Amino acid sequence: MTQPRRSFQVGTGLFILLGFAALAYLATQTTSVANYTEGDNYLLKAKFSNIGQLKQRAPVKLAGVRIGSVKSIELDPQSLEALVTIGIDTRFHEIPDDSAAAIFTSGLLGDQYVGVQPGGSPVAFKDGDEFILTQSSMQLEDLIGKFLVSGDSSKGPAKPDAADPAAKNP
Amino acid sequence: MTGDALAQVGAAGLFLFSILAAIPKSLRHYRETLRQIWFVGAMSLVIIMTCGLFVGMVLSLQLYYTLAKFGGTAALGTVVALSLFRELGPVVTALLFAGRAGTSMTAEIGLMRATDQLSAMEMMAVDPLAYVVAPRFIAGVIAMPLLACVFNVLGILGAHAVGVSWLGLDNGTFWGNMSANVEVWNDLVNGVWKSAVFGAVIALIATFQGYTTPPTSEGVAYATTRTVVSSSIVVLAIDFVMTAFLM
Repeated sequence: MTQPRRSFQVGTGLFILLGFAALAYLATQTTSVANYTEGDNYLLKAKFSNIGQLKQRAPVKLAGVRIGSVKSIELDPQSLEALVTIGIDTRFHEIPDDSAAAIFTSGLLGDQYVGVQPGGSPVAFKDGDEFILTQSSMQLEDLIGKFLVSGDSSKGPAKPDAADPAAKNP
Repeated sequence: MTGDALAQVGAAGLFLFSILAAIPKSLRHYRETLRQIWFVGAMSLVIIMTCGLFVGMVLSLQLYYTLAKFGGTAALGTVVALSLFRELGPVVTALLFAGRAGTSMTAEIGLMRATDQLSAMEMMAVDPLAYVVAPRFIAGVIAMPLLACVFNVLGILGAHAVGVSWLGLDNGTFWGNMSANVEVWNDLVNGVWKSAVFGAVIALIATFQGYTTPPTSEGVAYATTRTVVSSSIVVLAIDFVMTAFLM
C-alpha cells in the first residue's frame, strides 16, 4: 500500500518542480530580465523640454551599449521641463561631465531610449550631476511641419510656374 | 428557465464559500490533495505539451505570414511570446484542462453521489467537502498555472522551430526582440494569475456539477457535458474581463 502512495507523491513533486522550472525558464530566457542585470549605479539628472514617449526603465545607451536605465521622470516645477533621473552602472564611471544626453527612437517607430554622446572633458560625472547639453525627443509632427515649410520655401521661386502653368503658355 | 439558471449560479457561489470554509479542514488530507495534483496536473502533461507545441508552431506560421505583409518578421518572437503568455497559454490550457481534468472530476464525484459514497462518508463523520471536493479545488488552482507555464515553454520552442529552423528567421533576432519586449510582471505573471483563476473556476464548476448531479447515470452524463460547456464559456468570459482589468 505504501509503495504506490510514495510513487505518486514523488511524481507530484516532479510535476510541481517541472512547472516551476518552466516558469523560471520563461522568466529568464524570454523576458527583459534576461538583459536586465541591475548592478550598483549612480544617478545623473537631465532636463528635456520634451521627452516624447520615454518611459521609466527605458535603456540608456552610449555608443549603442546599454549603460543604465531611466529611474524616474518628473516635471520640474520651476523650469517646466521634464526632469529625468538616470541610473548609470558604476562600471561606467568615466563618462566626461560635458557629455550630452539625447532622446532617440530605436527603429522607425520603436521604443525610445536616452543616448549619451561623450564629450571631451577630463572630469568625469559624479553621482547627482546634471547633463548640461540635452536634446529633446524628435516629434514626428514637428518633423513633418518642418519638412512642409522647407519644401514650400525651396520651391518658392518656382511656385508661380507650377501654380499657374497656363500663364506662361497662353 | 432563467430562474433555474440564476439559482444554479447562486448555488455555485454558495458552494464556493463552503469549499473555502472546508479548506482548513482539508489540509489534514494533504495526501489526497497531492494525489489530485498528480491526477489533474501530471497526468495532463502529455496533452498540454503536445498542444503547446502545435499551437506555438501554427502561431509562428500564421504570424510570420501576417508580419511579412508589413515587413516586420523580426518581431515574430515578440508577438508569439506576448500572445502565448498573455492569452493563448492560459486560455487554451484552461480549455484542455476542462476537457481533460474537469470532466473526470465531475464524473468521479457524480458517481460517488449516485452510489451514495458521499452519504456514507457523512455517516462516518468524514466531511465530503473537506475530503473529496476541497482537495480537487486546491489541485486545480495549483496545477493550472504550472500547466500553463509548461504549455508556454513548448509553444515558444515550437515557434522557434518553425520561425528559425524552417522559415529562416535569425536566431538572435528571435530571442533578442522577445527578451527586449516581454516583461516579467506585466506579461508573464499576468498570464500566471489568469491561469490560477481559470483553474479555480474550472475546479469549482466541475466539483459543483458532480456534487449536485441527479443520482442517475443520465444525470452524471448531463453533469459532465455541462462541466465542459459552462467551463469553456465562463473561462472565455472571465478572460475578457480579467484582461481588461489587468491591461
